[in-house]
Amino acid sequence: MYKIGVIGDKASVSGFKAVGLSVFPCADSAEARKTLSRLTKEEDYAIIYITEGLCRDIADELDKHRDKMLPAIIPIPGMDGSYGIGMTGVKKSVERAVGADILFGND
Amino acid sequence: MNVNPTRMVMTSLKKKLATASRGHKLMKDKRDELMKQFLELAKKNKVLREEVERRLGEVYSNFTIASAVMSPQLMEEALMYPTQSVDLSVSTKNVMSVDVPEFEFSSAQEGADNIYPYGFAGTSGELDKAIARLSEVFPVMLELAAMEKEASLLAQEIEKTRRRVNALEYIMIPQLEETIKYIRMKLDENERGNQTRLMKVKDMMLAEAILEKQAADEAAMEEYERQHPAG
Repeated sequence: MYKIGVIGDKASVSGFKAVGLSVFPCADSAEARKTLSRLTKEEDYAIIYITEGLCRDIADELDKHRDKMLPAIIPIPGMDGSYGIGMTGVKKSVERAVGADILFGND
Repeated sequence: MNVNPTRMVMTSLKKKLATASRGHKLMKDKRDELMKQFLELAKKNKVLREEVERRLGEVYSNFTIASAVMSPQLMEEALMYPTQSVDLSVSTKNVMSVDVPEFEFSSAQEGADNIYPYGFAGTSGELDKAIARLSEVFPVMLELAAMEKEASLLAQEIEKTRRRVNALEYIMIPQLEETIKYIRMKLDENERGNQTRLMKVKDMMLAEAILEKQAADEAAMEEYERQHPAG
């Protein structure tokens, strides 16, 4: 059985606790980086959601797990709105596969 | 390639070329199919992400209102002990020989049909709404996670396959063809050289034979003249 983790600033993630996810409030990106590497080492977590505000500075940590099957590290918007980082991830995948951005050209 | 121009080497290279072309064709088919699936997935992924982001935004705004109405301590207290716990099981799905995860979750609840981990006395209605919405969004978020992971794994596989296709198409196969051509020309050249040499030897042997014959004839003539002195 796997668990689902949520990393983010306290205000954004507290609600996720109520639906039964494991929540790890982090104040800054250094703390988030530490938490993330701890969670990925434990291998109990199949999905780790991380708020965009925090994953902006630790993109390299996220990229490490991009090619592995587990865990799936998914950026979600935080309380302060979306920075488009999650979308950039999708875009990156497309660019990687096709060689050019063909889906998002219009917007 | 640096090889000995022999028939043996050429045969083995020809075999290699056949394998390489076959591999190239297969890889190309794989790449095309992967690409097809990936593009569909990426389109869906984009839509789903937009939906999740929008709905999460709503959830957050509900939370914001709730936290404005309630004191932070009370809010934290209310959310501290979840009644739900989520168990996630992961199975793998094979898409064109790429293993992608599939998530399935089951949430265990303590109280019957009660997603709210608190009594209603001290909390605001907005918090209820926020949590209800969040638990609605949650399955979609799971779907998004699976889809995004699949997309990035497929993208990786496509990249790898494309590299292989290109390596075969632009390096391996031309090189093999080139080398085979080189060996064939070298062998033909040897063949012609041999032919000429043989012809030359034949000419020389003929000339020698003629000379010998002439010498023999002359000797016979002399012999005859000696026996029958001219009268």
